[in-house]
Formats: sequence, C-alpha cells, structure tokens
Amino acid sequence: MVHLVWLLPALPLAGFLLLLLSGRRLGDPRAGWLGTTMVAGSFAAAALVTAGLYLRAPEHRVVTQTLFDWIPVGGLHVPLAFRVDQLSMVMALFVTGVSTLIHLYSIGYMHGDDRYPTFFVYLNLFVFSMLMLVLADNFLVTFLGWEGVGACSYFLVSFWFERNTAAVAGKKAFVTNRVGDFGFLLGMFLIFAHFGSLDYGAVLGHAGSISSETATAIGLLLFLGAVGKSAQLPLYIWLPDAMEGPTPVSALIHAATMVTAGVFLMARINPILAHGPAAGTTIAIIGALTAFYAATIACAQDDIKKVLAYSTISQLGYMFLAVGSAAYVAAIFHMVTHAFFKALLFLGAGSVMHGMHDEQDMKRMGALRKWMPITSATFIVAWLAIAGVPPFAGFWSKDEILVNAWDKSKLLWGVGVVTALLTAYYMSRQVFLVFFGRPRWQEAADEKAPAEAEAQPEHEPAATEGATTPTGAHGDFRPHESPWTMALPLVALALLAAFGGLLNLPLNHSTEFLTKWLDPVFGSRLHEVTASTGTKWVLFAITVVLVLVGIAVAYAVYLAHRVREQEVEPAVLRHAWYFNDFVSALVSGPIRLFGAWSAYVFDRRIIDGAVNGVATLVRDTGTSVRRLQTGFVRNYALAVAGGAVLLVAFVVARTA
Amino acid sequence: MIAAVAQVQPGQPLQLPHVDWVTIGPAGIFFVGGLAMLLAGVFLRRRVPRGLWSGTTVVIAVLALWPAFHLWHQIASGGARTAIADAVVVDGFSIFIDVVIISAVVMAALLTDGYLRRENLEGTEFYVLMLFSASGGMLMASANDLIVVFLGLEILSIALYTLAGFQQRREGSQEAAIKYFVLGAFSSAFFLYGIALVYGSTGSTNLGVIADFLRTNSLTNGLLLGGFALLIVGLGFKVAAVPFHMWTPDVYQGSPTPATAFMAAVAKAAGFAALLRLFVSTFNTYRLDWQPIVWALAVLSLLVGSVLAVVQTDVKRMLAYSSIAHAGYVLVGFQTASNRGVAGALFYLFAYAFMIVGSFAVVTLVSGRGDTDASLDAFRGLSSRRPALAFVFTIFLLAQTGVPLTSGFLAKFYVISAAVEAHSYALAIIAMIAAVIAAFFYLRLIVVMYMAAPAAEGEEAAPTARIPIAVGAGMSLTIAVGFTLVVGFLPASVFDFARHATLLKL
Repeated sequence: MVHLVWLLPALPLAGFLLLLLSGRRLGDPRAGWLGTTMVAGSFAAAALVTAGLYLRAPEHRVVTQTLFDWIPVGGLHVPLAFRVDQLSMVMALFVTGVSTLIHLYSIGYMHGDDRYPTFFVYLNLFVFSMLMLVLADNFLVTFLGWEGVGACSYFLVSFWFERNTAAVAGKKAFVTNRVGDFGFLLGMFLIFAHFGSLDYGAVLGHAGSISSETATAIGLLLFLGAVGKSAQLPLYIWLPDAMEGPTPVSALIHAATMVTAGVFLMARINPILAHGPAAGTTIAIIGALTAFYAATIACAQDDIKKVLAYSTISQLGYMFLAVGSAAYVAAIFHMVTHAFFKALLFLGAGSVMHGMHDEQDMKRMGALRKWMPITSATFIVAWLAIAGVPPFAGFWSKDEILVNAWDKSKLLWGVGVVTALLTAYYMSRQVFLVFFGRPRWQEAADEKAPAEAEAQPEHEPAATEGATTPTGAHGDFRPHESPWTMALPLVALALLAAFGGLLNLPLNHSTEFLTKWLDPVFGSRLHEVTASTGTKWVLFAITVVLVLVGIAVAYAVYLAHRVREQEVEPAVLRHAWYFNDFVSALVSGPIRLFGAWSAYVFDRRIIDGAVNGVATLVRDTGTSVRRLQTGFVRNYALAVAGGAVLLVAFVVARTA
Repeated sequence: MIAAVAQVQPGQPLQLPHVDWVTIGPAGIFFVGGLAMLLAGVFLRRRVPRGLWSGTTVVIAVLALWPAFHLWHQIASGGARTAIADAVVVDGFSIFIDVVIISAVVMAALLTDGYLRRENLEGTEFYVLMLFSASGGMLMASANDLIVVFLGLEILSIALYTLAGFQQRREGSQEAAIKYFVLGAFSSAFFLYGIALVYGSTGSTNLGVIADFLRTNSLTNGLLLGGFALLIVGLGFKVAAVPFHMWTPDVYQGSPTPATAFMAAVAKAAGFAALLRLFVSTFNTYRLDWQPIVWALAVLSLLVGSVLAVVQTDVKRMLAYSSIAHAGYVLVGFQTASNRGVAGALFYLFAYAFMIVGSFAVVTLVSGRGDTDASLDAFRGLSSRRPALAFVFTIFLLAQTGVPLTSGFLAKFYVISAAVEAHSYALAIIAMIAAVIAAFFYLRLIVVMYMAAPAAEGEEAAPTARIPIAVGAGMSLTIAVGFTLVVGFLPASVFDFARHATLLKL
C-alpha cells in the first residue's frame, strides 16, 4: 500500500489538468465537485499509505519511491522521488484532510463567482504543490513544491485582481518570499557543496560529518526561507495583506498548510539543527518574538480577517519557538491542531462575511449568534481551542510547547505565556464583537447611507462584489446561515478542534500517539522534558489562569463596557507598530530613489559631467534634452574607455 | 578567411590549405543561403507569397542543423579537432553555440514575417542580414585563431548595425544604428589592439600555438595581461557586460523589435562563445590573472542590470537592463573556469535565447504599428485583451526571474552551483541577491498585465486596441514557450548536451 504514494500528488494534478481543460464546460458547481473529489481521493490514498506504513515493522518505516531522474548530471543527481516516513505522512494526512474540507466549503462560498472553475484550478494545483513539498525525498523537489505553493498563493491572493489592492498584495507576497527563497537556495547550495548530494537520506544521515559552524549556517539559511514562507519577523508583512484573497484561500494556504511549510522544513532538517545549536536558539528567539509581537497587533484590529492573520503569525511563532527548543513533536502537534482551529476560524469568518454581505469590520457586527447558529457554535469551539482552554485541542499543544520552552529558557517561556494571555484576549474580543453584544450592523447601514436607509431601511449597506449579487436572494439585509456545503466543513473542523488533543495526550506515555509515531524521525535529538511533574502542574496552572484573565479582560471591555474600547486599542497597535509603513517608506523612498538616482546619475550625469565639465549639471533641461542626440555616443564611449583603463590599470598593478 | 590563414613565404607560391568544408558547414550554409536569398529577392521583387522569405530562412537554418549533427557525431566518435590550417576548431562547444544561434534565427525569422508586413518593409534584406550576422556568430564560436575571431565578430556586428537601423523612417531606429555602429567600432578597436598585444607577447595569433607558448613560458611583463584586458573590453561590449553596457538600453529600445530579439540572443551567445574559448581554454594557465576581472564584471553586471531595470518604465529598456543582468549570470559560470561552469554558461545561453526571443516577440506584437509604444501602460490589462499572450509572457518573465519548472530556474541553479563548487561564495550570494531584486520588475510587469482597466486616478485607461498575432509570431512564441517549459520539466537531455559540449583541450 505504501507504494501508492504517487497517487497523492497525482490525483490533485489530474484534477488540475482536467479543470484546466474542461473547467469552463463543467461550470458552477460541477467544477468544484470535481476538484473536491480529487482531493478527497488524495486524502483516502494518504490514509491507505499511512495504514500501510503502520503495518510495517517500525524499522522499515522509511520508504522512498523514485519516479524518474529529474536532473541526472554528473555530480548533481536529482531524482523526482518521494519519501514516505512518519513525518511526511502526518503532513500529508492533515494537508489533504483539511484541503478536502476547505474545497467542499469553497463549492458554496465561491458560488456565483465569474471565475469559479479557475478558482478550483488553482486550488488543486496548490494541493499538488503542497504534497510535492512534504513528500519530496530531496531538497530540490521540496523547493519545487515550495515555489509551487508560493506561486499558487500569489495567484489566489490576487484572484480578485480587479481590486488593485489584491494585485499589489500578490506582488508583495511574491517579492517577500523571494528574499526567503534566497536563503533556501543558498542553504541548498551549501548543503550540496558539503554533502555532494541533496537527498534527505544522504544529507540527514551524515549531518554529523560537517562542522558545527557549517551546520549553523545551513540551518540559519534554510530558516531564512522558513521566515519568508511562514511569515515570521521581519518578513511577515505579506501575510496580513494576503487576506485580500478569497477566504477559503486564507484558511487553506495562509493558515492551515502553506505557511506551516517552514516549520515542516525545520523539523525535516532536525539533524542539522541539532548539530548547530546556535541556529536553534536563534529560531526560538525569533519565534517567541514573532508570537508576542503579532499577538499585540491582533488586539487592535477591526477587520475580522486581519485579526486572524496576525493570530496565525503569532501561532506560527509558537511553532518556531518549539522547533528552536528542539521540541519538534510539539511543533508538529501544534501545527496540526492549529490547522484545525485556524481553518475553522477562517471558514467561520468567511461564513460571517457571506451572511453579512462582505462586511469585514467587526465593529459593524454583533449578536450574530442569533442569526447564524452553526457558524457561531463552531466559531466558539475554535475560540476556546485557540485560546487554550482545556480540554480543547489548542490547550494541549500550546501547553506542550510552553513546557519545552521552560526548559530552553525561562525568558522564552515568559514571552510564551504572556502571548497566551494576549491570544485569549484578542480571540475573546473577536468573538464578543461578532457574535455577542448588540447588533450594530443596522446603525452601520444607517450612517453609511442615511438617505437610502430611510427610504429602504433593509437595503444592503455596502454593495461590493463577491460571492453574492446585491439583489436577488440577498435583497433584504438580514444575516443568514450558510448552505450545507459550508456548514458541514465547519462542523467537521469543530469536532477536530475540540478533540484534536487526543492525538498526543500527555497523561502517560501510551497516550502520546504522535510522540511515539514520530519518534524515529527525531530520535535522540528530540528534547526530553526535564521539568518535574510538580513544575509542570504549576506551569499548567499559570497558563490556564492567564488565559482566563485574558478572556475576563476582553469581557470587561467589549461586553460589560467597563473601559472605552478606544483606550485599549492604541494607534500604534492598530497600525501594526508602523512596521509596514516603515518598510514601504524604505522601499518606495530611499531604495527606489537610489535606483532612480543611479540610473540617472550613473548612466547619464556622471559620465555626461565628466565629459562636459560641471557646467552641464546646471544647464537647463531643454538644452540637455536636445543634446541627447549628439552627446550620448561619446559619453558612452567614455564609459567603455574608462572601463578599459580600469582593467588595464588592474593588470599593470598586478604585474608591478 | 582562407587568405588570412594562408602561409605566405617570400619567394614561394601561395599555398592554400586544405579546406574541409563540412567543418564550417553551419556557418557556410547560412552564408551561402543568405547570398542565394539576396539574389532571389532581386528577381522576385514583386508578388511573393506570404511567408516565403521567412519560410526560406527557417529552411536554411534547419538545413544547417545537418552538418552540425554530422559533426557532433564525428566528435563523439573521433574527438575534437582543428581544421583548415588550424584556423577553425570543431568541438562540442562550437556545435552547441551553433545550435543556440540556429534556434534563435528560426524564432526570429518566424517573428519577422508579420512584423515586416505590419511595417510595410517587406523584402529579403532583413532575413539576409540575419543570416549573415548569424554566420559571423558561428564563425566566432569555432574560431581557433584570433584573426578569425575578429573576422567573425565583424561579420556579426556589421549586419547587426544595419538591422538596428532597418526601420529607416523611425528616428529611434536610425539613432540606435548610429550609436551601435560608432560604439561597436570603438570596441572593435580595443579588441584589435588586444589581439596585437597578445600576438606581440606570444608570437602567434593561433590559439593552439598561444596555449602551448603560455604553458612553457611564464611571462612577467604586462603586455599579455594588457592584451587580456583589451580582449575582454571588446567582447564585454558585445555581451553587454557592465561597464561596457551603456549602448544596450538605447540600442535595444531603438532597434526594430525582432532585430532586438535577434541581437539579444545571438550577439550574446557569440560573444560569450569567444570569451569562453579564449579565456577558459587558451589562456587557462593565466586564469588567476583574468578571473578577478571577470569576477568584477559579473558583480557589476548583476547589480547594475537588476537595479537599473527596476526604475524603467519602458518594457524594451527594462528587458535590455535585464539582459545585462543575464550576462552577469553567464559571467558567473565563466568566472569559475571549470567544466561545470562552462556547461552552466552554455545551458544558460541556450535557455536565455528562448526566453529573450519569446519576450521580445511579445513586445513586438504589443507595441503595435510603428513599433513605438512599449511602455508599461501598453501592457496594462493585456490579460483581458489577449489572455494567451499575457500567459506566455508571464511564463517568460517567470523564467527570467528563475522560478522552478522553467528553464530559467535550472540555468541559474546550474551557474550558481558551479560558483559554489568553485568556492566563489560571495559571487553566488550576489547572484542570488540580484535575482531577488530582479523579481521586482518582472513581477511588476506581470501585475500590470493582469490588472484591469484604470488602476488609480491619474493613470491612463488601459489601451483597448486589438492585437493581431501573425501566424509566424504565434509559431515563434510556441517554440519559445514550449522549450522554456519542457526543459524546465525535463532538463536531462539539454543538460547532457551542455555537459558534452566541451572545449577542445589546447
């Protein structure tokens, strides 16, 4: 059964090709069903392969399958091969599982969109790329998937490219990720230079043969790639903007799967990280800082999706904190539970937006639980899970990370628990604003279009494009529950978010299924918690108390109104510490100016000035434009001659 | 050429060397084919069927593949050799460059057909000039004598100058031709001076003799190294390496776009062919002296090309700067002076030829009648007017960015891994930084194409004119995009081709 692994990427690929060729003819909703079926098939295949792997003797649970030689050149020999082991199958299972649910959800959510089939084309391509990433047997194929998921992410972020912001957000995601990919590539070259191979088996098996400095360098370079893909400080800026994409995309790519690729990569190269401990410490620090930093921002956002975006960044920070503390299983565990509850939160938010006619401002919502019972019930489960309320899934995984962080450094643990408090606070704030309190959408509608609202009070406040048409079924403005294709995934994910903790209950060793399963991948490199049981209980209690404090504070502010909302939402947090403004000022200011300046000065002025003397610099523009025709050739010639002089000077200096 | 290498002794009759025609077969077919077309053009002045000349050019180019194949097999079984009084060399390397040039000619010729009709410039001359120029490039690739390199260089260049000015009625085209000509002549002078210095210090212009001489003698004066420097200036100009690049944006922008496509692919391939043969093979023993120069040129080309491309608003100028950056990547492979570096450089040139001709083919179609408007605004909303065109351009731009599953990724990967293998870590890092910078402007263009009508206030509405795509241009684009993707997926055969295209050991 293990050898069916090729089916995993093959099915979404087939779906992609079929939809590409005949998507238009299939139309809405059959194209969606086709895409969903393919991914569901892939999930079934993943389950079969995992079962097959489980039935094998534990020491034979690493299987590679080579399809063909991709680059067979002398020293550089790269096959297109899959690696079936415990880690890749955990990834494959949750990726295909969550993808299936989100595909199903999209059938309803994207209903009525002009480019409905195209959406599923990209979505299937994404799943294919993601599976290539996690199943790859060497760095280059992983990189291939890495770039593939990136490309799909840009396409899908700018799916509604009619909005300029969507197009710009796609571009931002691409460029930021190039910075990260640069690190990935460089790390890959360094690996090749030292190991002579890019195969995981060959590289990870001989990680001890390189110096500790090299291991640190490789670890940090690959981590730079992870920082870009998983939106950590300082390369996180693309992720909040990526919320311009359709909500299922945010759920699938920017919460559950793609952004966790960086964590997966770090877990995959754990032998290298173990060999270069400085890299691990850096990763832990960056992770903790990002977790805290993004959580503070999430406390003051009004956009329902922006809150979730910053929350995702923060939770990814937790995962890197775990990786840096060598708590790989905790990282993977949190990755899986996070995929459940964060996908659920996004899909819930999408359902809210669907019911609210594309309203995204939480300040214009309220009391929605009366109108959207399924959405609100599932959202509340996800809230309890992410906030870390026992016994929901998020509690177990977060607690495991914090215990490990305590061993690594008390300071990192401190940052981690404060972040836990903030997490509970901002998520409670969101739930209270959206589902509780009093309905505020009517006032919002009134203030937005007073004249219209008087004549026709139930008219839709903001007629924006999207999944629904302004008139027709949604003519009157009342929030409504979503269709079953959207509700079913919500319920399924809610169950997973509630009971996901069962994967790795720390009661005794026999209930730690994930730890046992993943043990061969990490072996002795996995950090063994040294804290005593008593300490663990204290840490556990502190976390729970802080979480409850966070919820209580949010209650006091947003439901009981003990404090004015504005006072706890300072501008600096609303604007994300102005980091984005700083970066764009830097890019559009100095960097762009430098480019323009060098184009102008270097290619035109300096050469020009050198020929004609300083007088040219003050000559009025009219004259210099006229002079372009005659002046340039000799100026260019001067550059050639100047270059020649430099080269000759160089060789003369060498011989002297 | 024969006269150039004939051994003239005073008092003796002129001895002609044995001419093994097949060794200069590809270049010869191009040259003779060009002459025949020129004559035919005189007689068939009126009323020729559509696409006759472009079809003939393609046939000639494909015919030239036959001696190339023949020679490749000969080399595979009998090894590389020199011929015609050691004036030319037949090795895998020269065949590889021949194939690159042939591919570029095929695509450019297909593209030219519709273009000439659109601009009312029908006739054989454009094709003939392309064939002549290409034959010069092939000669450079197989030259085994500095004089023959120079001969090839001039045959290549003079036809290119004329091509640049082919659109006589447009001022920009004239200006491009004049600039290219004056600066080209200037750089040829450097090249010639370099030949003189090398000849003066080694006593020969024959590459084999020079290599022997350099192996057995160690020269301490600056004469030879000065010669190296001047040869690099002359060829650096042709491949548009910084600081000899200044002509590139102006000439690329002003020339008729198919001519730009042709010169971007062919002149670069030929220039690098000569550089690689001279330096990696002939002057190999002195590589510690020339490697720092090439290193500096590579760094400058990568950074200047990428950074200046960012601020361009004209797509042709932007592609010109990006082609400067591409030259930087080939220089990265060149700088290693290793087999792997040379194979990487060759692979890069091959992949680049398809990407760049494809890119300029799109520009040809979009810039419309008169070949004037290649501004970013002309590309706004292209996806809704011509989705297929926008899609293929996206592929070319992604390939130039170096995105996996395109030939461009593997090309960059290959040269950079060669640099890492040669422990040129700094150069590898700079090459990748340049790739990151370059992503900016390729992406900006993609975004513009996929953005609908007016984007923000103050910007012009998207153009709406219909873009006709001629049959030939469509074929040309299909070839280019097919190659870019197929090699991106299954690069093994082209990798093997590049790896076996070794230089003759001198």
